[in-house]
Parts: sequence; structure tokens; C-alpha cells
Amino acid sequence: MVKLPIYLDSNATTPMDPRVFEAMKPYFLECYGNAASKNHAFGWQAEEAVDYAREQVASLVGASEKEIIFTSGATESNNLAIKGVFEMYAAKGNHIITVSTEHKAVLDTCKHLEKLGAEVTYLSVGDDGLISASEVEAAIKPNTILVSVMYANNELGVIQPIREIGEVCKKKGVLFHSDATQAVGKIPVDVLADHLDLMSFTAHKMYGPKGIGALYVRRKNPRVKVTAQMDGGGHERGMRSGTLNVTGIVGFGKACEIAKAEMEADAQRLGAMRDRLENDLLTLEESYVNGSREHRLPHTCNISFKYVEGEGLMMGVKDIAVSSGSACTSASLEPSYVLKSLGLDDELAHSSLRFGLNKFTSDEEIDYTINLVKTAVNKLRDMSPLWEMFKEGIDLKSIEWSEH
Amino acid sequence: MNNSPRIYLDNAATTPLNPEVLEAMIPIMQEHFGNPSSSHAHGRKAKGIIEDARGKIAKLLGCSPAEICFTSGGTEADNLALRGSVNSLGIKRIITSPIEHHAVIHTAEDLAHAGLVELALLDVNEKGEINLNQLADLLQNPTPTLVSLMHANNEIGTMIDIQEIGELCHRHNALFHCDTVQTMGHFSFDLSKGYVDFIAAAAHKFNGPKGIGFMYLNRKNKITPEITGGAQERELRGGTENVHGIVGLAKALEISYRDIVAKKTHIQNLKNTMIQLLQEHIPGIEFNGNPFDQSLYTVLSVSLPPNEAGSMLLFNLDLAGISASGGSACSSGAVGGSHVINACKPGTNRTTIRFSFGKQNTVEDIKYTVENLAKWYAVETA
Repeated sequence: MVKLPIYLDSNATTPMDPRVFEAMKPYFLECYGNAASKNHAFGWQAEEAVDYAREQVASLVGASEKEIIFTSGATESNNLAIKGVFEMYAAKGNHIITVSTEHKAVLDTCKHLEKLGAEVTYLSVGDDGLISASEVEAAIKPNTILVSVMYANNELGVIQPIREIGEVCKKKGVLFHSDATQAVGKIPVDVLADHLDLMSFTAHKMYGPKGIGALYVRRKNPRVKVTAQMDGGGHERGMRSGTLNVTGIVGFGKACEIAKAEMEADAQRLGAMRDRLENDLLTLEESYVNGSREHRLPHTCNISFKYVEGEGLMMGVKDIAVSSGSACTSASLEPSYVLKSLGLDDELAHSSLRFGLNKFTSDEEIDYTINLVKTAVNKLRDMSPLWEMFKEGIDLKSIEWSEH
Repeated sequence: MNNSPRIYLDNAATTPLNPEVLEAMIPIMQEHFGNPSSSHAHGRKAKGIIEDARGKIAKLLGCSPAEICFTSGGTEADNLALRGSVNSLGIKRIITSPIEHHAVIHTAEDLAHAGLVELALLDVNEKGEINLNQLADLLQNPTPTLVSLMHANNEIGTMIDIQEIGELCHRHNALFHCDTVQTMGHFSFDLSKGYVDFIAAAAHKFNGPKGIGFMYLNRKNKITPEITGGAQERELRGGTENVHGIVGLAKALEISYRDIVAKKTHIQNLKNTMIQLLQEHIPGIEFNGNPFDQSLYTVLSVSLPPNEAGSMLLFNLDLAGISASGGSACSSGAVGGSHVINACKPGTNRTTIRFSFGKQNTVEDIKYTVENLAKWYAVETA
């Protein structure tokens, strides 16, 4: 019997790997020094642990350890990268290119910079959720200072053509940042091969602890600098002040080490599991995968079930923890802007589910999920007049609804 | 580490985590891993956990839960308060002092450098006390002002009267930010009195975890976030919450308040003992700040006479198993010495060591430390 609710929201956060906790443990109680204490063994020990973790983190993404700046998480990393470049390279220009389906940490930061004089181009995605390198190239202008494109989308799992975009940016001499929060630790990411200048990622999406993330900042060809967004003791080579979160950093390092060794096998296994889930759910009529199925994270899928009411669907599947195609804002239930940018209408966006598997997901949990979702969809459709009309062959778009 | 006894006397840099705090954090790390922004059961559980923690903290401090904004630590909280008040509240001048923590000074300097504010630095005397008359004079000027003064100095322990200064600021319609990183968990606060607009705290200074802190902001001040990209913390700070850190912070503060009288008595006794023993054994010993007056009981900054042992002193202390600091941890690698000592005692040729105490320290630790110090100052230890 599976334990309920089943957690299938691993793009939001992942459970911590027990080995990560074990690695962190001594740094809570025994080796509690401040890594900036230069005069005694407690400080040196903490600094050593941080240095070791920095190597583990760097090694996973093909960086050198001096290129890793620890932050409190990917949101802070995205802020530091984009605001930091905007300030540091103000003399070169003010134009930033990004994509309409980025995470809010990137979009809100760009919106904020627009108020401060930035010019931002938001590229639209195709119905597969992807942009092309040539679209980026076409958008680059003489005053372009930064291209920011997420590695893999958090709602769809689709993977952007990062390497091609990186080549374009390198050719044009424009800095390239990627929010790789969803990709690092799940698929191979190599900052050199991808020509990345800056990259944000975080521990809690890859079985590490919350509250710790990193920004990769390239050190050569070219040497990249960002203006600090938090001032203080000058930690992290002056780019990010504040006492280092030693336990978090140790946990992040361990999570990276484990990912490097195991992510390929995990991806294969989870990919097969995800495909089984997806293919089985697609046997339901009028169900559609959102975004490219080809260029996609192995553990993620996003499916819309047409003629199913969104809130009813969430109620029907409450034994599984998944995300819907709705975002809870303070006032209302808004359809996901990512799904809308693929061309989905509000109804279809609301009736979408994102499944995010993780390495602890079992076959039994997938079986249970398939059964639960199918039952819920069928039940909601049985009650739906729209579904009845669809089955009778009535074209719903031809109907003129009267006000009431 | 070698096998000599390890005596940790650098508790102003960071403190050991209380095992009770770790106990509270473990279930969060092992079971309740949900993202508080998720609407499903795992997310709602995590959301409930952080709101419960926020409520506990607010209750202890006498404020409303909505006035607590979790951050990654004290530095971020200081930055958010200063930058937020300039970016959102029309502040055009910051009055601070030269002995503030770098999280305040460098942020104020950055804002001044960007042309957003005028910066005024108050004079400090040899003890690190600010000049209240000068502050009152400066406040005569009606420019929208934020005053930022630390509750207790992290290097020399000199304290301000937070209520007196807060009331002075408010009489002149200035906002008051107080960096309480060194006093949170060591003193009681009653923020309901309203004498302060912003305070900053970091859990790891009171036996909580690193990587988590908070800013208190009085509800009448509405500021916009510095870290954008998510509606977390009532749209004041984007980013997935550090749930286990938040739980650890609340637990550490709860324990601090529970044990505050015993802790203060114990640590003040350690400090008094050390002062007395140092005076007995080291001729010419002086103390920075004002340890005999209103002073942070966890910090004792010792000023030693010029001596060839001086430059190697911390190294030798470490060899003897004693961990202490030359200044703050953040500036311990810096060239040019401590900005605090330089401001209070310009041109001094004496050696400074900061001893800072925690509840785990004992009188024996203090005796052993003084014995060792005395060795290098060539005086018989009685």
C-alpha cells in the first residue's frame, strides 16, 4: 500500500537525500565555526568544509571552484546575476534579452530594471515552449549587455537550446546567463561547453537543503563581474556578503557529488517511469502534453485534460501532491502565464497538471497516480455538459452562449 | 583540530547550535520538505510550520507576525532595511556611526555613492559611545532621515539606549534602524513600544542555525523587495523559504528567552571573572569600550600593551586551544586593522583581542585562557 499523499511536485522542491543530512550533521553541533574567522581552528575547519563543498558544486557543472558564489537560493542568484550585470556593465549598454516563460525571479527582476532604465526584450516561445538561437541572435543589438534564458522550464520541463544560444552570445560578445534551477543535478550541465557566463542554481531542487544556492560567475574568456546586491563583510569575493551558511553549503556540496555520480542512472529510470505515466494518461481522449516532448527533463511532464474543470480536477487528485496550471495570486486563481504563452486558453490551462517525479518515486506510486487521475478525469467528464456536447459532435466554438 | 582542549571564546562571530534546536529542525529536513508556496498538503504543512514560527517570534518580541520578514541572515536584513527605506520611503539622508557593522556602513556608503542619500557619520568617543547632542543637532534638519545605530557593538560591546535614541529619532520624524544582531537572544525586547522602525537579527548569533535571520519592520512602513521574483514574505522577499532554518530560528529564540536570566548571570560572571583575573595578572591591561558600564555581556575586548608577542598572540592562543578573535570575523582577514578600534582609538599601537562568551563556557575556560595570556606577557601567574 502506498503512503498518501504521493509527492509528485519535485519541480517545486525535493525531499532531502538522507546522505545529505548525514554530511551536514557534524557542522551543526561540532564544527560550528564561522568560515570567516581567520584566527582559530573552528574558523579554519568551517572554511575547509566550504572549500570542499565549493569544489563539489563546481565539479558538477564543469566550473572551477573560484567561479562559485554561494547565495541563499536561486531567486537571489537570479537577482544578483541580472541586477549585478545591469549595474556593472551600464557603460556598455542597457538592453537585456529574456524569454516570456522565465521564472518570476527573472521576469520580476527585469521588470524592476525597466523602471531603472533597462530596455528588455521578452522573446515569445513556440507552442513547444522553446525559442531558437536564431531568434536570440536577431534580437541582439549594439546596446545588448545580457541574454538570460532558463535552462529548463519549471512548469513544462522543456530544455532550451542553451548551447546554440551560448554560441550566438559568444559570437556577438554578449554575456549569457541561465537560470538552471531545474536542470542542474538532473541532466548534464557544462558551463564551458554551453558558453555560459553566469548560471543560477539551488540545492533544494536536487535533494539538498533549502536556503542555499549558487551563482556561477565565469572567471576567464571573459572574466565576468557583477555588482554586489548586498553589502557587508565582503564575503564571496566581494560579490555577496553575509556569514556563510556552512551546513547548507556542505549539504549542497554533498547533493552535487551524489548527483554527479547518480543522475544519469536516475534520469534513465525516472524517464521510463514518466513515459509510462504519460503514455497511460494520454490514452484518455482529449489529453495533451504541454511543451516539447523531445527536449525535456526526464522526470517532468505537464498534461492538459480538456473538458475537465480545473478546481474539480485538483480536488479529485488531492491524494497526489501535484501543481496545477493555476497560480494562486492574492485575489484569484490565475491561469499559468507559461501555459498561456504556449497558446493554451484559460480553461485548458486551468485543467492542466504538472507531474514532477523524483528519485524516491516508486512504480507503485505511479500506478496509483495513473488510476487516480484517470478516475478523476472520467468522473468529471461524466458530469460535464461540455463533454457531453463534445461527444455528440457539437462544435463548442460555434455555440453562442447567452448571458445569464 | 589537535587534541588540546578547545575553548571557544568567539561567540560574537558565531555560536554553537543548541542540540534542542537541531531536534526541532530534523523533522523538517527529513519529513516536512514541502515548498510553502505549493497549495497541496505538503506545501500547506510547510506553510503552517513557517507561520507558526513567525507567530512565536512575534509573540516573544511584542510585535505582529506581519512585521517579521525572514531573510538569509543579519547582513541581508540590514541591507533590506537601509535599501528599502531609501527606495520606498523617500529617505534622503542616513545618519550612522563609523563603528557600525560593515553590513550597515558599506550599504550606507553604496547608497551615498549612488547619489541616493547624503551620509552623516556621528562622532564616537574612546569608549565607542556616540554623541547624542550631535545626533539631536543633525536631526534639526528636516531632510527625510534614517538613523542606523547598532544596539551593541560586535567588537567592543558598547551599547546604545535603544529606546532613548528611538524616541529622539521619532520626535524629529526620522526613522530608526537598529542592528540588533549581537543582542537578539541575549536581551529582551518589547517592540510594541514602537521606538524602532527596523531591526535585524541572525539566528546563528544565539545558538540557532546559520543562513537564516529576520528583519522586523514596523507595519506603518511599507517597502518593496530587494530580492524580486516571488510573493513570499508578503511580497517583501522572493525565494523559497528556508523552512528548517526558520524553525531553528524560532526555537533558538524561544530557548534564549526561556533561559535569558540564567544565561545572562552566568556569562556576566565569566566576563567579570576575566576582567578581574586579567587585571591581576597582566600589568597595563586595558579594555576597549566600556565594560564597567552598559555593555554587551557576551563581549570583552582586551587591549594589551605593545609587546613582541602581540602579532603572534592569536596564533599562540589557538595553539593553546583557545579560539578568540582580533576583531569581528568579517574583518579578521582585513589589512589595516579593525575599523572600530581605529575609530575609537586612532593610532593605537596596542594589541586587541576580542573574547566573546557563550553559555557553554566555564570559569575554568576563563582561568586557563588568562594563564596562557599571562605567559606571553612575562608576568608570574599566582
